Amino acid sequence: MTLLKVENLSVDFPTPDGLVSAVHETSFEISAGETLAIVGESGSGKTVTNLALMGLIPPRTANISGSAKFESHAGPIDLLSMDRNELRQYRGKDIAMIFQDPMSALHPFYTIGDQIIEAHQIHNKVDLKVSKARAIELLELVGIQGADTRIKAFPHQFSGGMRQRVMIAMALVNNPLLLIADEPTTALDVTVQAQIIKLLEDLQKEFKMAMILITHDMGVVAGAADRVNVMYAGRIVESANVRDLYANPLMPYTQGLLASVPRMDRPHTNRLSAIPGQPPSMIALPSGCSFNPRCGRKDEVGANKCETQMPELTPRGIGHLSRCFIGEGA
Amino acid sequence: MFAYISRRLAVSLLILLTVSFAVYVIFAFLPFDPAALTCGKNCNDPGIIEANRHRLGYDLPFFTQYFLFLKGLFLGRSFGEGAAMINCPAPSLGYSFQQHACVTNLIGEALPVTFSLAIGAIFMWLALGIGLGILAARFRGRIVDQLSTIFVLIGTSLPTFLTGLLLMVFVVIRWHLIPFPSGNYTSFLENPFEWAQILFLPWLTLAFAYAALYTRFVRSSVIDTSNEDYIRTARAKGLSESVILGKHTLRAALAPIATMAGLDFAGLLGGAILTESVFNLPGLGRLAISAVVKYDLPIIVATTLLAAFIVVIMNLIVDILYAYIDPRVRVA
Repeated sequence: MTLLKVENLSVDFPTPDGLVSAVHETSFEISAGETLAIVGESGSGKTVTNLALMGLIPPRTANISGSAKFESHAGPIDLLSMDRNELRQYRGKDIAMIFQDPMSALHPFYTIGDQIIEAHQIHNKVDLKVSKARAIELLELVGIQGADTRIKAFPHQFSGGMRQRVMIAMALVNNPLLLIADEPTTALDVTVQAQIIKLLEDLQKEFKMAMILITHDMGVVAGAADRVNVMYAGRIVESANVRDLYANPLMPYTQGLLASVPRMDRPHTNRLSAIPGQPPSMIALPSGCSFNPRCGRKDEVGANKCETQMPELTPRGIGHLSRCFIGEGA
Repeated sequence: MFAYISRRLAVSLLILLTVSFAVYVIFAFLPFDPAALTCGKNCNDPGIIEANRHRLGYDLPFFTQYFLFLKGLFLGRSFGEGAAMINCPAPSLGYSFQQHACVTNLIGEALPVTFSLAIGAIFMWLALGIGLGILAARFRGRIVDQLSTIFVLIGTSLPTFLTGLLLMVFVVIRWHLIPFPSGNYTSFLENPFEWAQILFLPWLTLAFAYAALYTRFVRSSVIDTSNEDYIRTARAKGLSESVILGKHTLRAALAPIATMAGLDFAGLLGGAILTESVFNLPGLGRLAISAVVKYDLPIIVATTLLAAFIVVIMNLIVDILYAYIDPRVRVA
């Protein structure tokens, strides 16, 4: 069952220097219980896509268009056309979000218990005691020892990994259908990263929820995702089942991303491979394919096609889409 | 928390002792003879001067004088002997020969006036500054924000003596919005209505300047806090904008205001010299200024010391209060 179907989502920020098209006509869908990874460099539009879905882009700062049909507990809704106030009732209940930096994502002046209980109280007309019991239950579930006393602790009394666990407990307190995890491990130590990803996977099964995992860590993607959307300069450039993507990346950008992952199981080469150049300025995107100035394979297309035309996102196999002229029509 | 408070108390005492010593040093080594100043401008009678010098203890060595001063603070002090003996009970801050009164009594009369002035003013400027600051932050870049910027500009540019006079001229004399403050300062206990009526313009004058500063500070503090990650978290939970502002943003944004308000209040208690002068209020500021003009040294020492004392105590109160507001401070 399709839980969320996003169609032609565009987010443009008017700035004094010009229009920044952070997300451009992006379409994707996610089924109940599925994990969709969105990968790409900083500024590729991964976070903005999800902030737009959550209605968290400050009003009057952006032009948002498109539709996002979501099957909520209460029936189908469109996240993008909904009144901000109405959307509030689904935010934190049907769709929850955890953020990159657990150090700053919790309010420093309130105990973690207060913050989790608050999240429960907004969406449930229940006694405080019920919410408190629920908070303790969740804290135990995410692996916080002595949850019934730790509930009175303040965020600064926890380590980074523990705070991210608290954030996860807070996000799951209302049994969301969809969890958006925006780089949940980027700010954490490598050993803690693995624990958090494992925890998210376990909880996802237990709660039967879908998850959008935003990351730039291809290792995390390989372990946790069902499907992958690769974003570049505000557009999806490749979308595939995780196995297909790793086995047969079609877009040169995806190939570059995968080649840049350090591999323990391969012989050491002198240096890690990198994609040459910089991500483009979002105000003045290159003409044609946005990736063409950095692409090492545009000669295969020829006739300056990459510099003049933007390729479409086209199917290249079962559930495999790619935005590239290479192999088109094959 | 107890250890924290006792440590802070000990440090505060040390600071006060240092300040009192510094003030006393300045007092002792000023190029004036405190004894000669006791008998008026055209007094050249060495007999009277020497008698007064002995009476007030100015003939004693410096450290003995300082020690007697400290002792007087706790045990009271007598000047002279026999029938002419003047007794200033503890806490004695010395004796003003020019005013023929114990300094403590003079301060006791002036302090309630200054306190009344400061307390009313701080309520006014907190209400105005915080309210306007929040509005300006919430409707950033729009008309409310622009008006608040104009208010901030005027408020910070106008000196209080000018604001006070302008208020007098327009609000009272031209527009008759409030009756002319008749008569002298009346204590709150005597007649609260008259008290408020007399102090209303002085409050407004002081509040005007401070409210401008606070508006600017609150506006930027609220805007900074709104951009914090934990505010985004609050929004992601599905909280309404009013709860986010009231519970999450303001709690963090206004915490520094507590410190600022405490210190500004302490500063005012030391004497709002200009405002008191413009409105002819017999407060500490006026007491200090008239003492400076007349070289009434014991009063200068006492008012300086009192101002330092108030600042140190308020600092302590503010720090303890802050530990209650911000849990991160408590461990320290």
